[in-house]
Amino acid sequence: MDGGGEIPKIPARPDEGEPGIRVGVDDWVATHEQRREELPGVLGRLQREIARTPRPAFYLAFGVAAALLPALTSNGYVIRVGFDTVLYMLLCLGLNVVVGYAGLLDLGYVAFFGFGAYVYAMLASPHFGLHWDTLIVVPLAVVMTGLLGLLVALPSRRLVGDYLAIVTLFFGQLFYTVFQNGSRISLLGIGHHSWDVTGGPNGIVNVDNWDLGGLHIRSLQAYYYTALVVFMLSLFAIYLVDVSRTGRAWKSLREDPLAAELMGIPVNRLKLVAFAISAAIGGLAGTLFAGLNTAVFAADFYTPTLIIIYAMLILGGAGSLGGVILGALVVNVSLEALRTPGHATWIFYIVILATLVAKVRPWRWLFAVVGGTIGLGYLLTAIANEWFPRWTAGAPTIGGWLGDWLNQWVLHPSNPQMIGNIAFIILIFAVLGLTLLKPVLLWIAMIPTLYLAAFAWQNRLVVEPSITRLILVGVILIVLMNVRPQGLLGTARVEIV
Amino acid sequence: MNWNLFVTELVVGITQGSVYALIALGYSMVYGILKLLNFAHGDIFMVGAFIGFGLITVFGGATALSISIPLLLVLMFVCAMLGGGMLGVMIERFAYRRLRNAPRIAPLITALGVAFFLENSAQLVLGAQFQSYNSYAWNNGSLWTNGFTLPSGVHVAVAQIIVVVGAILLMLFLSGFVQRTQTGKAIRATSFDREAAAMMGIDVDRVIVVTFFIGSALAGAAGVFNCLVYQQLWPYMGFQAGLFAFTAAVVGGIGSLPGAVLGGMVIGLASSFATGYVSSTFQQAIVFAILIGVMLIRPSGLLGRTAVQKV
Repeated sequence: MDGGGEIPKIPARPDEGEPGIRVGVDDWVATHEQRREELPGVLGRLQREIARTPRPAFYLAFGVAAALLPALTSNGYVIRVGFDTVLYMLLCLGLNVVVGYAGLLDLGYVAFFGFGAYVYAMLASPHFGLHWDTLIVVPLAVVMTGLLGLLVALPSRRLVGDYLAIVTLFFGQLFYTVFQNGSRISLLGIGHHSWDVTGGPNGIVNVDNWDLGGLHIRSLQAYYYTALVVFMLSLFAIYLVDVSRTGRAWKSLREDPLAAELMGIPVNRLKLVAFAISAAIGGLAGTLFAGLNTAVFAADFYTPTLIIIYAMLILGGAGSLGGVILGALVVNVSLEALRTPGHATWIFYIVILATLVAKVRPWRWLFAVVGGTIGLGYLLTAIANEWFPRWTAGAPTIGGWLGDWLNQWVLHPSNPQMIGNIAFIILIFAVLGLTLLKPVLLWIAMIPTLYLAAFAWQNRLVVEPSITRLILVGVILIVLMNVRPQGLLGTARVEIV
Repeated sequence: MNWNLFVTELVVGITQGSVYALIALGYSMVYGILKLLNFAHGDIFMVGAFIGFGLITVFGGATALSISIPLLLVLMFVCAMLGGGMLGVMIERFAYRRLRNAPRIAPLITALGVAFFLENSAQLVLGAQFQSYNSYAWNNGSLWTNGFTLPSGVHVAVAQIIVVVGAILLMLFLSGFVQRTQTGKAIRATSFDREAAAMMGIDVDRVIVVTFFIGSALAGAAGVFNCLVYQQLWPYMGFQAGLFAFTAAVVGGIGSLPGAVLGGMVIGLASSFATGYVSSTFQQAIVFAILIGVMLIRPSGLLGRTAVQKV
């Protein structure tokens, strides 16, 4: 055969060049770029640039920004809040692995945090007279917590959803009970001698600071940097796992365990790995916590802490690493600010105003609602001043010009506790009622409700900041799950039926 | 063997078990119908207990009651059951209804949020301190001095009898309702297969509301029963009670009503014997061990049927 001849042209298919159905191409998938909504102008370009930038660049940017905090302020309180925030980020990161990636509801997570802290405290404190090197204790604590996670996951790996939640929840309770009462452990009731293993409710105190091979970490700044470095390293490690085969397998497990198993994904092993990694990160956070506070108490590792970590994860968006950072930052800084009545009041009114601006349309109704609320306040105060002086006889709760103005606008009855409690209960019903109304009627009903909210806030909620912050954490969880379950940075899941 | 201690713990265990069984029934009903672990259920129990306490306070306090004890008891139960039931319906309507088709994890986290919200709101409004029904002082203690003495010398007080008999009556009522009425039939059908029930013309929303109302009303009654015998109440009491009751429901076989009662008795007796023979601090550990044991050996619970997973 000679190879010199021309290859004859294949005649064109009759449909070639014509638009229509193409074989082997899914049009819906092929045109996904065109369906993406883009903002016009500069914002659209910014959006594209953000989408194109690799995610680690953002994490790095966050790390650099966070590293500047001690340079900006020498206020010990601010740096302490910064340390707590980074610690919460680390905790969220661990929880994100098991809840966000693998989709397993682990309600005993806070016990791993506590276990790490206790292991560190026992091996580096006068409690047992052990003062081991930090470079040995911290890895040991991390490995031990990881093994504990494995141990908890072992009996639960066959359990589906809710059963897993209850077993882990019990594990968390059990951890608390054992460590809270562990000051008198006797060997199954044999003999009369008992050992003080965990310090009981008095905890373990005088725990050593971290000492990284001669580099003694004592000051708050040093702890802040240590926590930040530990967090950044863990973040990149988890990022690498996330984009690896394991990360993809976790997500398939989360979306549909049955389908994942049928695809040959080792579901059980992946669950165990997720639990172990998440527990190990929790343990790591525990060692940092014990090192800075130089004391550990079982009460620090109880349900409220767990729920706060969950609120952070959910707010940021489970399954998103950026969400971990954002959620911990927003929730922890807000909760800290709520401790001071002045700050708390500012946040309260700003959040309400922002929600109104975002949700009330058209604009004239926004002005009507805000104006109506303000007018209602002046009207009620005027009426009370004229005929019911006891309703303005109470003391204002905060100072500053905002406080002065609020004092003229919100009623301050002479017995704020009881009236405030009643107002709070009515407020709950009123807010629930609002969710049933449709616009126009909704906007009108909103005016008295907003005023009632301000009244309950000024007279009762702001007076009890430690309870109010926990109430708000509960509200965050309920509202987010109902309104935006994917959180701030998470991606909405498509439910396939 | 100390016979007296054994009988005492038996009586305490049965009383405690009746309370757990009542809470577990509600847990189990709600779980059966929505496949939702309602963490807030324990807090409805707490609210029921506080409603009863409010009535005691209104009628002059424990030491100077202005109405007769039977009337007070009836009022407490009616109000606690109505209050608890309505609270349950509100929770369902406003927190869970929108999440009915969401991924499983979403309603669970919402339930945690609701529980946290209720506990802390109660603490804000009612204060964190422990309160007491102080039923020892009602009418000079007639609830506790009266009663009968078992052959072994253990005194069984009227208060304990009221709890056990009341719980049994409520359970009989529930069983009659679920087995014999039209609505009960609808509840069973819905918990068997919600979609199929809806296609058969059952108003699923209404069935769910009724289930929440009944389950929560039982929890409210359990709150009053509990404090009638154990006196103390505080805003956080619901969490552990709810946890134990859920364990009872799981041990008995979740979704099965006789199972919930059996599980409640098992957990009540176990925690009472644990307190009597081992140590009250490890009560929780023992309940937990029972849970793990049942889950490993019989994951569907003692009386549950093995669920066939449909794909």
